This record gives sequence, C-alpha cells and structure tokens, in this order.
Amino acid sequence: MSQSTQLTDTGQLKHFLSIDGLSKALLTEILDTAESFIEVGERKIRKVPLLRGKTVVNLFFEASTRTRSTFELAAKRLSADVLNLNISTSATSKGESLSDTLLNLEAMASDMFIVRHSQSGAPHFIAESVTPGVGIINAGDGWHAHPTQAMLDMLTIRQNKGTFDGLRVAIIGDIMHSRVARSQIQALNTLGASEVRIIAPSTLLPPEVESLGVNVYHQLHSGLNDIDVVIMLRLQRERMQGALLPSEQEYFQQYGLTQEALANAKPDAIVMHPGPINRGVEIESAVADGTQSVILDQVTNGIAVRMAVMSMAMSGQTQERNALTQGA
Amino acid sequence: MFDQQATQDLLDELAKSLDQWLTKKSLAGFEIIGIRSGGVWVAQALMERLNINQALGELDISFYRDDFNRKGLNDSISPTSLPFNTESKHLILVDDVLMSGRSVRAAMNELFDFGRPASITLVTLIDLGRRELPIAPQITGAMVTLADNERVKLIGPDNLEVSLYS
Repeated sequence: MSQSTQLTDTGQLKHFLSIDGLSKALLTEILDTAESFIEVGERKIRKVPLLRGKTVVNLFFEASTRTRSTFELAAKRLSADVLNLNISTSATSKGESLSDTLLNLEAMASDMFIVRHSQSGAPHFIAESVTPGVGIINAGDGWHAHPTQAMLDMLTIRQNKGTFDGLRVAIIGDIMHSRVARSQIQALNTLGASEVRIIAPSTLLPPEVESLGVNVYHQLHSGLNDIDVVIMLRLQRERMQGALLPSEQEYFQQYGLTQEALANAKPDAIVMHPGPINRGVEIESAVADGTQSVILDQVTNGIAVRMAVMSMAMSGQTQERNALTQGA
Repeated sequence: MFDQQATQDLLDELAKSLDQWLTKKSLAGFEIIGIRSGGVWVAQALMERLNINQALGELDISFYRDDFNRKGLNDSISPTSLPFNTESKHLILVDDVLMSGRSVRAAMNELFDFGRPASITLVTLIDLGRRELPIAPQITGAMVTLADNERVKLIGPDNLEVSLYS
C-alpha cells in the first residue's frame, strides 16, 4: 500500500488503514497517546473537548457489536457527534451505490468515516475517493487488516510486559481468514518482538505464510514453549463449512487453550483474545476467566486506542489542510 | 534573560510571595498542580523551598488547547496525573510563563473535569503581560516586557534557566 494514502507529507497519520509500512516511531506514538486517553477514562468526567463540533460516521457494511460500540464511545469521549450507519440494512439495500452513499454523507459535513467492510481494500478505496479533509479509519476489511484491534493488543502487551524487546508471542488459530492476525504480526515485527509464532493446522494457514515474518508450529504444546504472550483467534464457525476442519471437538482437542496447554508457556504469560470468544471451541472457560487472561483489559484499551488514532488522524487532516491553505 | 543564578533568585522570591499568600489566606489544606512541562519544574522548586511534602499534580493540557483546528495535536503528550481528589479543594496552579492566558484557560477547563474546586490560585514565574483573555496571576515572579517577535521559555528540568528567543 502506498504510504502517501495514510500519511501527510510530514509523516503524520491522516487515515489509519493498515499497520503495513508504518514506522516503529509512529506505532509508539499511537501507544503513548492512548496511554493519555486511558487516564481520561478514569476521570470523573471521561470526556475531552478535542473533537468538539466534528462529526464522526460509523460506516459499518458488516455486522459488529464490540468494535462499533467502542468506536462510538471513543468518538463521544472526544466530544464528537456520532452517526451510526448500518449499511447492510440501509440505503445500499435500496440500490444506492457506495459512491452515492459517500457523497450524501459528505454533504452532511462529516469529518471522519470509521469503515468496516467485508471486501479487503474497501477503506483504502474510500480514503482515495473521499473529499480531502475527511479522515478514514479502517475498522476491519475482509481478510486484510484490522489495525485498531492490533494496536489495542499492542497496548495491552506493553502494559503487561513493559517492552516488546525479547518477547515471544504466539498467535493461535485460523490465521488464513484473520485480518486481526495479519495486523498483529505486522505490528509485533515493527515494534521489535523477538519472535512471532503462529500455531495452526495447515488448512488454516495462508500460502507462503513464512513471508509474513513468523515461525510456524502445528502442535500447540511444543509451540507454546517459552512464550510470553498467547493470542487466541476466534474460530470462525462459518469457515467450518469449507471442510477446513474435521469438527469443533477435534479442533478443541488439538488447538483449544486449556490450563494444561497453557502450562507450557512461561508462568507469567498473558492470554489474549480479540473476542467474541467461543468457550470450549478455541479456549477453555477456566483460561478465559483465569488470572493470566487480559481479555477484558483489551476491551478497555480498545476505547483509548481508538481515541488516539481518531485524534491523530484528525490532527493530520488539519495540518494537511493548513499546509494547502498556506501554499495556495 | 535570567541565567541559572538569576532564575534561582527569582524562584526564591516567588516562594516567599507564595508563602505570604498561603499565610494570609490561611487555606485549610491545598493541592499544588503544575502545567507541563515548565510549570511542573517551577512547582517542584517552590515545594522544595517551602518544605511542602505532598504529591504534586501534573497537568497535560494537550486535549484542551483551543488551537487544535489550527495546529493539530501537540508533539509529545503524556497522561495528566492528579494523585489526589480536587473536589472542594483549594488548588495552587503553577505555570512558567504567562502570555496570552490560553494555556491557563485550557488548564482550568481540564481541572473542572475532575470536580469542582473550592478555589484556584494562579502562580507564574514570568508574566509577559500580553493577555488575550481576562486571566491574571495572583502571584508572579517577574513582569517582563518583550519586543513583538521575542519569546521566553524555561529550560529544564535541571539547572533551570529562563531563555530568550525570537
């Protein structure tokens, strides 16, 4: 992806579409800014006036509860006005094209679109076709990327481990269909983790998986050896139909994270999951609710990370607009 | 403008004035809050001189500035830290240089999101007297008049020094 789409001429974020190609310094800036927003979330009044008067549109072409509601809360805590559009039940079902929908939303003086779409690359397409001055945040596109999820995971890891240096991280499950895993792998490698392992049956691995900068394991127990951070992925039940897996029971036996399996990782390893979790399919309840689990911290961090990228992208849009005005 | 020694002398004076203010007002308990970064350094120097041993609040006003639509976010942001309850408390708000008054407005807006203080006293090391808002310090170290293109800033955190630039 061309970086000129997401960055201003001076290297500031103006859209947030993918982790791919972003520098360690920029990812660290996102995490640092998010830390400040975590503090805001602990106040009596959990709101700052930064985006007062701005309009943020949640443009979800694919169903989502957690991601959409944390984006909505994030925008509201920045004092923006929020419009939630569930496109799958809206104008497009009446035959309106994506371009026409966007034109209408721009006519409502929107400043930022949060886009989720089942097609890989849709947010990128919108970022390139939208009026200058409107920021686009990718809230998950196809199998491609889910960069805010990856960054909230990075924040959770940094809070618990302090640093990425020397860390060994295992990502377990359906890598092939996971936009979360792709973004996590890019973020971990950029931030300097020692090793990123993926543990999965070969039917759930993308082709040429090693080119992503990971070590591949097929056995859960040996794969968890020496691991500091365990990231489980949701087994997307809809994938079962493609005969990629024999059965949920068999998958759980081989790849389900049980306390017994987790004992192979380091004693202070943390357990993460992007949610929604399938208890008894990819993770045992005792682990999901156990002392090593930080799954609910991830949700809290999701609000702060989304506040950070929204304000940074709006800041980049502002700086670019001012540079254009001054140049004119 | 004020070299290291002159800055130390200025801080001595400021501490004396603050001490007199506190005695005169006989405030029943107060909290001290510095505006990052310079205000925090000044507050630390004052607490050291007055032997005040309590947690210092540090305010980062990045999310409250009134020029986000002109300049965007600050380059470096760190979390505000108020390790005490501010509700119904007397607050001593400390900054290094007072010019337009816009930072103090942002700081007060932020403080009110933590609760309703009993009072806020503004202490600044330098007052440039170029106010754009109706805000005035109760205690100040020195009034300084500059040429239009001149600015001052406090260099720190070690060996504090007020430096002039244009």
